Amino acid sequence: MKLSFSPADEQFRQEVAQWLNVNLTGDFAKIRFRGGPGDEHMFQHERQQWEKTLAAGGWTCVGWPKQYGGRGCSIEQQVIFFEEYARAGGPGRVGHIGEGLAGPTIIAFGTDAQKHKYLPGIVAGTDLWCQGYSEPGAGSDLANVKTKARFDAEKNKWILNGQKVWTSLAQEAHYCFVIARTDANSSGHKGLGFFLLKMDQPGVTVRPIQQITGTSEFNEVFFDDAECDADDIVGAPGDGWKVAMGLLGFERGVSTLGQQMQFQNELDEVIALAKQNGAAKDPIIRQRIAKAHAELKIMRYNSLRMLSGQSGSDGSLQKEALIYKLYWATWHRALGELAMDVMGPESQILEGTPYQLSRLQAMYLFVRSDTIYGGTNQIQRNIIAERGLGMPKEPRG
Amino acid sequence: MEFAFTDEQLMIRDTAQAFLAEVSTSEAIRAAMATDTGYDRQLWQQICNDLVWPALHIPEQFGGMGLGYVELVAMLEQMGRYLLCSPFYASVCLGVNSLLLAGSDEQKKQWLPQLAAGTTATLAWCDGSAGERGGNWNADTISATATPDGQDYILSGEYRYVVDGASAELLIVAARLPGSVGAHGISLFVLPAHTAGVSRQTLPTLDQTRKQSAIQLHRVRVPASALLGKAGNAAPGLQTVLDLAAIALAAEQMGGAQQCLDMAVAYTKERVQFGRSIASFQAIKHKAADMMLRVEVARSGVYYAACVAQEALEGGPLAGELSEAASIAKSYCSDAYFKNAAECLQMHGGVGFTWEYDVHLHFKRAKASEHFLGTGAYHRERLAQWLLDQEGAA
Ligand SMILES: Cc1cc2nc3c(=O)[nH]c(=O)nc-3n(C[C@H](O)[C@H](O)[C@H](O)COP(=O)(O)OP(=O)(O)OC[C@H]3O[C@@H](n4cnc5c(N)ncnc54)[C@H](O)[C@@H]3O)c2cc1C
Repeated sequence: MKLSFSPADEQFRQEVAQWLNVNLTGDFAKIRFRGGPGDEHMFQHERQQWEKTLAAGGWTCVGWPKQYGGRGCSIEQQVIFFEEYARAGGPGRVGHIGEGLAGPTIIAFGTDAQKHKYLPGIVAGTDLWCQGYSEPGAGSDLANVKTKARFDAEKNKWILNGQKVWTSLAQEAHYCFVIARTDANSSGHKGLGFFLLKMDQPGVTVRPIQQITGTSEFNEVFFDDAECDADDIVGAPGDGWKVAMGLLGFERGVSTLGQQMQFQNELDEVIALAKQNGAAKDPIIRQRIAKAHAELKIMRYNSLRMLSGQSGSDGSLQKEALIYKLYWATWHRALGELAMDVMGPESQILEGTPYQLSRLQAMYLFVRSDTIYGGTNQIQRNIIAERGLGMPKEPRG
Repeated sequence: MEFAFTDEQLMIRDTAQAFLAEVSTSEAIRAAMATDTGYDRQLWQQICNDLVWPALHIPEQFGGMGLGYVELVAMLEQMGRYLLCSPFYASVCLGVNSLLLAGSDEQKKQWLPQLAAGTTATLAWCDGSAGERGGNWNADTISATATPDGQDYILSGEYRYVVDGASAELLIVAARLPGSVGAHGISLFVLPAHTAGVSRQTLPTLDQTRKQSAIQLHRVRVPASALLGKAGNAAPGLQTVLDLAAIALAAEQMGGAQQCLDMAVAYTKERVQFGRSIASFQAIKHKAADMMLRVEVARSGVYYAACVAQEALEGGPLAGELSEAASIAKSYCSDAYFKNAAECLQMHGGVGFTWEYDVHLHFKRAKASEHFLGTGAYHRERLAQWLLDQEGAA
């Protein structure tokens, strides 16, 4: 075991820090530390500009292979990049769904033509993506999607009909990756297709949903004869589930290190507040702050373990990776409660009307979703028990 | 950066695992528990002569194998998992570490080859006040005195909660200059346990897999050569020893937590109620999932702390993180082991409450290890002091 980074990597760290130091200034100064979860709707214009600035510097898609326009960074360098980005207060990335999910899926499963068509826009920071998985009847039970895709030979297009829900940032996105039934008579994992769909077309309607924070980051998305080109399906009709599941693997990548740096920023704010308002003298608060600190440190060690180990040859996750979502989501949710309890009665007073939340108030509310999206805590426990411990599968109703 | 075991480390772990699975059976543990010393002497001889485990992290120049704390932790994890009854923890994690940290080269030359060969040792520092105020394990709890007398020192006082104190052949004791307080005036001495004036009693303990004892020193005369390091200056070194010992104990706890999970999963898969394996009930699966989470998180904390411990021993850049890493590992693992043991008991139903099944051995050991060297709450308060009470910190 070796924890230190090589001198070359440390030099890379300097390079990243330096670039951010020079570029995250001027118009971009006001978006430092902004735009994370709960704050996604804020400064959209500036953050979209920032995405392009990052791209111009070669700092989007750092972990992608060079042949696809990425920077080809090693795992260590990616860790360093995401850590330094968060340390510098780099704003929430509007391009993260494309860079972290859509792109890697296209790289892994897509055709050359699809790579050619979609990857450059993601790398350039100009094309934003959203994820069209959940539906009113398909949440935890994702395989229950009902949206239908029918191939129209005359138009040489796929025609989609149905409804998606909870689609984050659909209102900003240029493209959506969608799972829909290519075999109308199929059910469950079979008969699904994975589509790359253009948002700006008559058959697509986006309706924002107001969420617990009063803001709208997620949406309902309706497909009424929405169209996809014939070659905008990834994999064959019927392969949708395989492609979608492959993508879930990418969701637990190195960018989690950056997320932890953001958690650290939040915890630092809580600690500073506790010292300022005297909560730091309360023995129970002291225990909770120390626990949050200890568990955040271990979160990093756990990620380093994840990144150093090899997954199974079948792409299965190792144990430390299997528990990761449940661990960070539960930790973050507890941080929200801790923040409120440190603030005391002042936690109940807003910054302004109509419903203007402070950063910690927004965090407190938003973290309730961490244990819901991307597989709820209960679903995570099912997965851990079944895949990690070999316990019997849940019977289907 | 490579935060994973090397092939060699994996081999050490797997060898220890295979050996302990064979020798530290339920029967063997119960037989060892019933002896005065708390361990099987023959097995200990085998461990020392054939496997040379006590020599593991002693430098080669002092008769050891010259491996590191990561290897040590990999073995301790297995010892905790199989509840090996042995003087290993006291001798190596307290004894060897004290000599490594506080001894002069000459003293290391004198004692470490003996410890490497299997001479047993332990460290005695706190008196009964460690049990007051919710448990406190620092220099404040040292009340034994060391009074200079010509070239010699006269040691007087008492110690409690000494691990394997009644059976150890060599004692390392902390004592203070009469009249000194806090971290000032503390010295460490090494002396054969049969030195005139030393009396020792085994304390009957709730957890029977590891013996604790009380020791009294009645005007024990030791020569100046027994003093480890400089007179009155031992507190920082002692703190390092205790941090290293906390990391070692956390490794055992993590291994124990893993075993509780494995036992619970194996049992619930077998046990049928309502016409199905109880492992198919979600209430059971979700408990098991939480247990696995705790084990894996504990593992990440312990392995990191082991790397830091290694750097503390050889002066690497992370050495300054030792106390923090120790408190993080010990607080998380203390809670994790106890929770896993308690859940394991619940998931076994009535048989979990019997003397016959091994669940109670872990349930009891978990509480014992939690309380030794400070509970989770104790270590969190230590972290809180760094986080909240220092000017200009975070
Ligand atoms: C902020 C936010 C952003 C999101 N963004 C997106 C997005 O961009 N794209 C997208 O496709 N989706 C998105 N989602 C949707 C998200 O993935 C779903 O909400 C999630 O999968 C849960 O589905 P559900 O809401 O239908 O809840 P349900 O599945 O109905 O679950 C309700 C409750 O039942 C429990 N439950 C369900 N099944 C089981 C079981 N087998 N065992 C035990 N308990 C069970 C759940 O744990 C939960 O507590 C987002 C959600 C949120 C909150």
